[in-house]
Amino acid sequence: MNGGDRPAMIELRHVHKWYGAYHALNDISLTVGRGERVVVCGPSGSGKSTMIRCINRLETHEAGEIVVDGNALTGDLKQVEAIRREVGMVFQHFNLFPHLTVLDNLTLAPIWVRRMRRKEAEELAMHFLERVHIPEQAAKYPGQLSGGQQQRVAIARALCMRPQVMLFDEPTSALDPEMIKEVLDVMVALAEEGMTMICVTHEMGFARTVADMMVFMDAGEIVERAPPAQFFAAPESDRTRIFLSRILGH
Amino acid sequence: MADAFLANGKRPEPARQAWRWMRANLFGGVFSSIATLLAVYLIARAGWALADWAVIHAVWSAPDGRACIAASGGKGACWAFLGYWARFILFGRYPYAEQWRPLVVVVLFVALLLASCARRLLGWRIAVLWLAGIAINLVLMAGGVAGLEPVGTDRWSGLPLTLILAIVGLALAFPLAIVLALARRSSMPAVRALAVAYIELVRGVPLITVLFMASVMLPLFLPAGVTVNNLLRAQLGFVLFYAAYLAEVVRGGLQAIPKGQEEAADALGLGFGRKMALVILPQALKIAIPPLVNVLIAGFKDTTLVTIIGLFDLMSTAANAITDPRWRGFYPEAYAFVAVIYFAFCFFMSRYSQALERSLAGGRR
Repeated sequence: MNGGDRPAMIELRHVHKWYGAYHALNDISLTVGRGERVVVCGPSGSGKSTMIRCINRLETHEAGEIVVDGNALTGDLKQVEAIRREVGMVFQHFNLFPHLTVLDNLTLAPIWVRRMRRKEAEELAMHFLERVHIPEQAAKYPGQLSGGQQQRVAIARALCMRPQVMLFDEPTSALDPEMIKEVLDVMVALAEEGMTMICVTHEMGFARTVADMMVFMDAGEIVERAPPAQFFAAPESDRTRIFLSRILGH
Repeated sequence: MADAFLANGKRPEPARQAWRWMRANLFGGVFSSIATLLAVYLIARAGWALADWAVIHAVWSAPDGRACIAASGGKGACWAFLGYWARFILFGRYPYAEQWRPLVVVVLFVALLLASCARRLLGWRIAVLWLAGIAINLVLMAGGVAGLEPVGTDRWSGLPLTLILAIVGLALAFPLAIVLALARRSSMPAVRALAVAYIELVRGVPLITVLFMASVMLPLFLPAGVTVNNLLRAQLGFVLFYAAYLAEVVRGGLQAIPKGQEEAADALGLGFGRKMALVILPQALKIAIPPLVNVLIAGFKDTTLVTIIGLFDLMSTAANAITDPRWRGFYPEAYAFVAVIYFAFCFFMSRYSQALERSLAGGRR
């Protein structure tokens, strides 16, 4: 793994998860260094989302070890919450809070979790809304925005917690094609600033631009991992080759 | 005809539209026309009969029941009855000289209901006002402080008793219902089982039974010498019963919130309490407003059942008033009076909930 020269931010060691008899994650080991960008791809049902959802314990792993920033993830609620504060997450379906304005969506966690003053939290929120290029939408409700705008608000919401790591769970899959770019642009900018990121996505153009490492998963296993140049030019596994030909082939 | 309108592209005039609507829907054929005329005839007759009884042949003042019936010829309402008995129906057995206190209580409750309509007060302000109002009202009713003569709860009766039972009861049942609803969705099997057992047990039993249990059986379980006030017991039974019903309504609202909302709150590290209070419940309760109000209205009217354990609520005072030998048997007048009061409160709740839904609708597409 190429995290060797940097301190490990996230470490998964021999992680397993079952849904009943179904082996959803099969001996997953992965190290992500501080500032490293990892892009995870693979066919649907391959366990990509399950894996990153284990990192902030939206799913529980049943065997193996997950260490985030030096803290091993256990069932201890306080510790889980402490880790979640440092790990930002962006969902496929945005999951903005529809009863709150954009600004209140952004300030909610800083005020109630970080104990920030409202004024301070609002300044922080406006700062990040500007970073995602929609400060003018602050007073609107999520339902009044387009999908691309909503996803950018969701990214800003996660950033307002000043996380150490950002997890992206298929952030562009639910978007209309013309809105994908505006979200990817924000993600590229974030990557360029040195944010540690794990992205589950099929946007291979994005992957080529920002990824330090590509991870290919199939049937709950990590089949292949390689730097993007090697991954796209000369994949080792047949399964990777077939997958890439399907998503790049037209 | 419709084609002609479309052809010249003009919007049809409203008056002509109304006429066309009537022609299409009320007089669309022989059978439809007959049905319309018949319905109009029946409604007019019923309306006329009511007006005839309530206004035209009504007697507004008379010294006693016999004189009143003689004056109306038995064909009209005898509102004179209410002139003598309205005050008793409203305040019942509360000491006569002190009846300004229940009057203030009723006025304060109505004022609070109206204040709840102010959008500016929505949120924690209105909750604080209600808590303060309820406390003041209870003190006013009970007396014993600030020179007010103490009045035992056995003398509390009529409209103030009904309002206290309903408002205090539902105000206490609601938080309990939220706890029950959350417990029923808990991931801990024991907590979930307890909530399910409680809700199913209480829902499977009629309110009268619960009231009887609270009134008659509870003292049997208490150590000798310990007594709990009858009103308090009825109130407790009412709260426990309605908490179970409201819990299911709240759970319905919780069920309607997409799982992603919880996940987003979790991912931000909000923790269970804040996740529920700030993200999930505000959305769930908004969705649940129509069925919640349905239960609240039913609960308000169900307070009449406390008669059965000897409390003297608005219905009982009315029933009692018509046993006066001088005014015996004026059922329609007494019950019409009570019905108008109940309707006013229930109709207010219904309209209020609609207004609340509209004012909370912001942001939903």
